Amino acid sequence: MKRPLATAFAIAFGLIVLLGYFIPLPFFAYLRQELILWAIILAAFGVLVGVANLLAVHLEKIRRRQPGYIYSLLLVLSLVITAAFGFLLGPQNPGLRQAVETIIVPVEASLMAILTVTLVYACIRLFRRRLDMMTIVFLATAWLVLLGTTPLPFAEVSVLNYLLRPWLIHVPAVAGARGLLIGIALGTLLTGLRVLLGADRPYGGK
Amino acid sequence: MTWLPLAGLVLVLITGALLVALIFLQRKSPARFRRIPAFDHLNRAIGLSVEDGTRLHFSLGRGDMLSVNGAASLAALAALQRIAQQAAVSDKPSVSTSGDGVLAILSRDTIESAFQSVGAAEQYRPTSGQVSGLTPFSYAAGTISVIRSGDVSANVILGHFGAEAALLADAAERENTFLLAASDNLPAQSVLFAAADQPLIGEELYAAGAYVKAGGSHLASLTIQDILRWLIVLVLLGGMLLKLAGVL
Repeated sequence: MKRPLATAFAIAFGLIVLLGYFIPLPFFAYLRQELILWAIILAAFGVLVGVANLLAVHLEKIRRRQPGYIYSLLLVLSLVITAAFGFLLGPQNPGLRQAVETIIVPVEASLMAILTVTLVYACIRLFRRRLDMMTIVFLATAWLVLLGTTPLPFAEVSVLNYLLRPWLIHVPAVAGARGLLIGIALGTLLTGLRVLLGADRPYGGK
Repeated sequence: MTWLPLAGLVLVLITGALLVALIFLQRKSPARFRRIPAFDHLNRAIGLSVEDGTRLHFSLGRGDMLSVNGAASLAALAALQRIAQQAAVSDKPSVSTSGDGVLAILSRDTIESAFQSVGAAEQYRPTSGQVSGLTPFSYAAGTISVIRSGDVSANVILGHFGAEAALLADAAERENTFLLAASDNLPAQSVLFAAADQPLIGEELYAAGAYVKAGGSHLASLTIQDILRWLIVLVLLGGMLLKLAGVL
């Protein structure tokens, strides 16, 4: 009984929101707005469920003494301490905000720095892994755009800086990106319609 | 009513009607699509993971259901359903990681129903659908620990990601495991092209369901996408000719 009911709710609410988007009648617009507000509240509960799930997974790792459980312990302690201070002092407390900015922001920035090194290494490995025309075009374009952006120690290359790089960015890159985005938009439309018709049911399977 | 919402409604209605019609028509004569080698490799990797008794890891990204990014997550969930069914007989059950609470709930539901549908309900664990982090880099850091857990032999990264997907691809490569990766995000597609062994480009993410045989509706969707693509090509060419002629 649970699954047909879930399917009926998903299709009905999806259709109402869709009609509210396309038909500018006050009744549909009101219903659409209300349903979106419900969805936002449910999504907020989803975040809480996500945090509970994260906690459960790491507590299980600690209980089983799985490899790397010390990191799980660190995560659980950090989560509990941050949540405790958050509840006690409030999320706008300057001390709490500073703690977040001096711990979380630098850690994420360092991961971003690792990402740049990872990408350079990946580009080098790409030659070994998949040496074809697409790879050569990809790497040559990346190299030319970087060379046109980076300040050079000697003189600037006018053809590269003012002609080739802008042309690469504004003509072939934009054309390719638009082509990909059209494909993605079509895929998005059909994926939404499959859920609306009940052909795809990610909320309870078949 | 202005013409733009009306045109949108007409497009949605026609596409919906085509989808229903093609789902029934393709039961008689299923369409054939071009070969995408990444999916051949994926089938082999699923087979190997079942033989080895290792785990299949599915990373669903951070697409939330209240934005347009949710479509990539929904497409990924459809593929997860079918892949989890195929890998259900492995000694170690498939695991999924996501960066959004709602997506994690849906992934758990999807994995549970996939196991139930092949009579392997006992394979399901509450930790089968995990949230590994709620910000881009915490998600990447949490997912890397799953990739490097030692019992994962194949990784499928499908959904909405940013450039942090390169860190996941790097971790999979270091573990010498199979990796198929796709995202709806253009910067992520470019980094995955460089970093992933089997990247999918553009709308190939939305074709995953059809290629892993998730059902007739996915095959019908691909056919309709092709029809709409040709229509857009014709409209663009027509617009270009009219512009050249000075009409537009």
